[in-house]
This record gives sequence, C-alpha cells and structure tokens, in this order.
Amino acid sequence: MAAFWAIGEIADGAPTRLTLELATLARQLAEAAGGEARTVLIGTGAAAAAGEAARYGPNVLAVEATGDAAPVAQVVAPRLASLVERDSPEYLLIGASADGKDICGLLLGLTDMPMLANGAGVEWADGPQVEMSTFGGKLVTKSAFTGSRGMILVRPGSVTAEEAAQPGGVETAAVDGVTELAAVRVVDRIEEAGAAAPIEEARIIVGGGRGVGNAEGFALVQELADALGGAVGATRAVVDAGWIGYGQQIGQTGKIVKPSLYVACGISGAIQHKVGVQTAGTIVAINKDPDAPIAEFADLMVVGDLFEILPRLTEAIRVKKSGGG
Amino acid sequence: MNIVVLLKAVPVVGTERLGGDQLTDRATQLEANGNDEYTLEKALKLTEAHGGDVTILTMGPASATDALRKGLAMGAARAVHVVDDALRGSDMRATLEVLVAALGRLEYDLIFAGADTSDGQGGVLGAAVAARLGLPYLSYAQEIEPLPDGVRIHRISTAGYDVLEAPMPALVMGTQLLGEPRYPSLRGIMQARSKPIETWSLADISVDAASVGMDAATSRVLDSQKPPERGGATVIREPAEVAVAQIVDFLSQRRLV
Repeated sequence: MAAFWAIGEIADGAPTRLTLELATLARQLAEAAGGEARTVLIGTGAAAAAGEAARYGPNVLAVEATGDAAPVAQVVAPRLASLVERDSPEYLLIGASADGKDICGLLLGLTDMPMLANGAGVEWADGPQVEMSTFGGKLVTKSAFTGSRGMILVRPGSVTAEEAAQPGGVETAAVDGVTELAAVRVVDRIEEAGAAAPIEEARIIVGGGRGVGNAEGFALVQELADALGGAVGATRAVVDAGWIGYGQQIGQTGKIVKPSLYVACGISGAIQHKVGVQTAGTIVAINKDPDAPIAEFADLMVVGDLFEILPRLTEAIRVKKSGGG
Repeated sequence: MNIVVLLKAVPVVGTERLGGDQLTDRATQLEANGNDEYTLEKALKLTEAHGGDVTILTMGPASATDALRKGLAMGAARAVHVVDDALRGSDMRATLEVLVAALGRLEYDLIFAGADTSDGQGGVLGAAVAARLGLPYLSYAQEIEPLPDGVRIHRISTAGYDVLEAPMPALVMGTQLLGEPRYPSLRGIMQARSKPIETWSLADISVDAASVGMDAATSRVLDSQKPPERGGATVIREPAEVAVAQIVDFLSQRRLV
C-alpha cells in the first residue's frame, strides 16, 4: 500500500497555504491509489501547527525541532531522511518554495530517492503522473517514475486546498539517531523596511513592469494590490531598477506563481516574464501598446494610460469592497 | 581562495524543444544558464579581490563548449567539461553522481551553483552536491563575502535577508542579485584561446556508464503537448472612467472581487 507524505512548512506558527495544498494532494492521491496519506511537520512550533494541517490531511506527524540558529532545510532534511529510512514511504510531496527546494535537494543527496521537479499537477494512474510546464510554457509534459518511489516538487497553486470530511489525527514524535548536516549558522535576520507580502501564496497579484515609469508609478501598483487584498509582483527590469525587492520578481530568474488573478500593469509580456505567470487563472493586462506580447496570453487587455486607469481602478475596487458598488 | 562554479549549458531561451525521444534537444545552440552566470561573475570578483582561481565545471554535450569558452573569456582560469555519449538522457541522480565524482578531482574552497535552470530543472543539485560531499550549504545568496576562516552570505528571506556563516569549504547557491555578468573583453577573448578546456569522460572520473544516461533514468516523460491556447483577450479601448467600470464588471463576473 503506497504511502504519500506531504512535507509541510511552518510560518508564523501555522502551516503555510502550500502545506495545506500538499496535504490535500497527498489525501487525494492516497484515495485514488488505495494508499495512506500523512503530513509531516518538522521544526519549531510543529505540534502547534499540526491541528490546522490535520483538517486537510488524515494523519499529521509533528516533530518538534528547535533550530532557530540554522536554516530551515538544515533542520528538516536530516530528520526527514531518518523518517524516510525508518518508514520507507513511497512518495514525498514537497513544496517548490525556496525552503522546499533546499529540503528536496538535500534529501536527493542524503537518500537514494528519485525526484521530479516543477510539478504543476499530480494524478494517479498506476503511479503518480506529474504534469509540468516546460520551456517557457511552450510545452506541457507528463512524467512518471520508472520505479515505485520518488519525491515530487509541487508548485504553489497546483491543487486547491480542501478540508477533509473529518479532521485527521495528530501524532507528535521525536526522531532519534539524526546525522546532522555540516553546520551553517544564522547569525542575524535583517528585516528591511517595506518588505512586501510574499507572492508565492497570494491569490491575487498585481504586477508592475517598465511601463510604470518610476518608483512613484510603482506605488500605484502597490495601492491597487492593497485594494484587491493581493501582493505585488514585478518584472526583472523593475527589480533591477530597485523599485521593489527581488522576492517579488516573477519569471524565469524569479518566481513561478499561479494566482487566481494577475493584473499586469505596464508589462510587455516578454517570454522571461510570461513563464512565471502564464498559468494564472485570469490575466488582466493594462498597457498603452495594444500590440504588446502580453495581449497574446491575457484574458482582458485594457489599452490605455495606466496613470489614469490605476488610481481610478483602485478607488472603484475600494468602493465595491466597502459595499458601495 | 579557489572557486569551482557549476555551470549548465542550456538551449538559448525561447528556442527549447523536445527531440523525438522526449529528451531536450541539445543539438540546438546552447548558452550558459542565466543564474549560473551571476555566480560566475561573483566568483571572478571574489578571486580578483582576494586571490585564487575560478574553475568552471559542466556536464553536457559537445555543444556546451561555447558556454565554457565564454566563461574563460570572462576570466575563469580553467574549464572542465564532463562529456560522454553515455550521459545523454541522464536524470538528476546521475547528474549528481557525475558532479560529485568530478569535484572529487578538483581542489576548491568554495563551490558555487546557480538557482534554477531555464530548461526546467529544479534548482536542487547544489543542495544535493553539498549533502553528498558533507559541505555546508548556503542558498539564495544575494551577497557573498569571505571571512578569515569561512564564508558569510546574505540569504534572501521574505522579510529581508538572513546572514549565514559557515566554515570553508562550502557550497553557495547564488541568485541574480549577485550582479550582472560582465561582457568578455577583447583581451579576455584572446586570452581564452590559450586556456585549456579539459574534457573528462566517465572513465576519467570512474563513473560506471551503466549508472547514467536514459536507460538508468529513474523517471521518464510519458507525453508532451502544447498547452491550451490562452488569449483571445477581450480588448477594452475606452476613456479611463469607462474602462475602469468595464474592468470591475469583468472581475465581478469572474467572482474575483
């Protein structure tokens, strides 16, 4: 009977949205395969976060591990490797976040498990079949393991987090005999003023490109994102110009996101940006150039001056949200 | 301070395609993966300031030579190219074994790897190499500086950045924030002509050919297809007031606001 483990992450004492998505996916795959699902939370606050995770996955294993002075993956990976050796689960679902990719990479070195990266969807057909968007979205491929085990890196938004009919149980455990990795110390954590909301977990993202002109123009993007309750994203040109941090960059050398709504402001839609956002549910583009490449993959193309449109749109959204529209 | 930069030669962005056997066609023109060039640039700056040499290590087909030649022209002292017909179709496990075996024949204080590759891999090999070699792994670096007995990086976080330290040797995975790669100078290009690109076969690094390549791959592509066409966008060209009302209607209909 195949075992599916969702490998969770904890932020601010709670499981991340991606964790709940993975727990949901593990449950769905276990149902399809006649197997069993488990959500594994490792780290500071794992036990406290386990309750919420258990609403989505049938079985949560919480491993408390204090490692505030170490990077997350350095704490999680060796403990997970020990658990994998002990229980021999067939499949691990790991989130394609920064920490998730680090965990998966370290596990690749520590264990003999095969892996598939960039999963945008996983279905069961005699084994997990992993859908991936490759080559800048020109192709959608489906891949499978040749054997009956493996790790899958799953992108945020690949599955909708859904609570199970009944909440699952929580087991807290310690992991014995851990072989720690070569030590890296976190000597300081610097918070920079104006750090923006993370885009990986956002359902709505408002992105700004070169067309916003300058930092003041980018502030209009931020205001619309605030009104919509979303996060701001940006193209590489905007990040290079210093109008927003690298953490907000969408695209080839930035992040790949899948929000329900993406509003692209002054973004031409070059391939390097397109790859990061083309699987968004709905794309609205605001651009003065009707022939910009983004018109080829937007659902709504608004041709006009974003300095006229954005403030009015922000106001209209605020009015609507306050019940005035 | 000697630095080995792991570099992947990828198809020029936008020209990628699958061959008939569902493997990435690498007979097209290849270039250095973007993220790998940022780490190469940082490695060059560090050795220029603190001494030491940069060695580029790649595993890839013969057509990876151009990317290596450019790296030498940028200022790397040496390039090592693991190339062997048996490697075609290798998965990440096999690539890991090859890199680990090749690194065992090189001397270094630091190994640099780039975040993510543009041809669809996961950005996980740096971590895997570090775990296998027992090296400290420092990732998502936006700044790298040597310490008297180690290395310090700034790791990008959601709030800002974390300051990480570890003894050397260590493996650092870097991002584009390390700085724009330089263009090779004419002098650099001339000098690169006399720098050797060493080619190593699997036998040279004592890796069994049966453990790599397509036959040994632990995953396979079942099928590929073009994604459903997006677009056919509804176009609005109206004065701002009218356009805004239409945008709000559109979002309302889709229950997005």
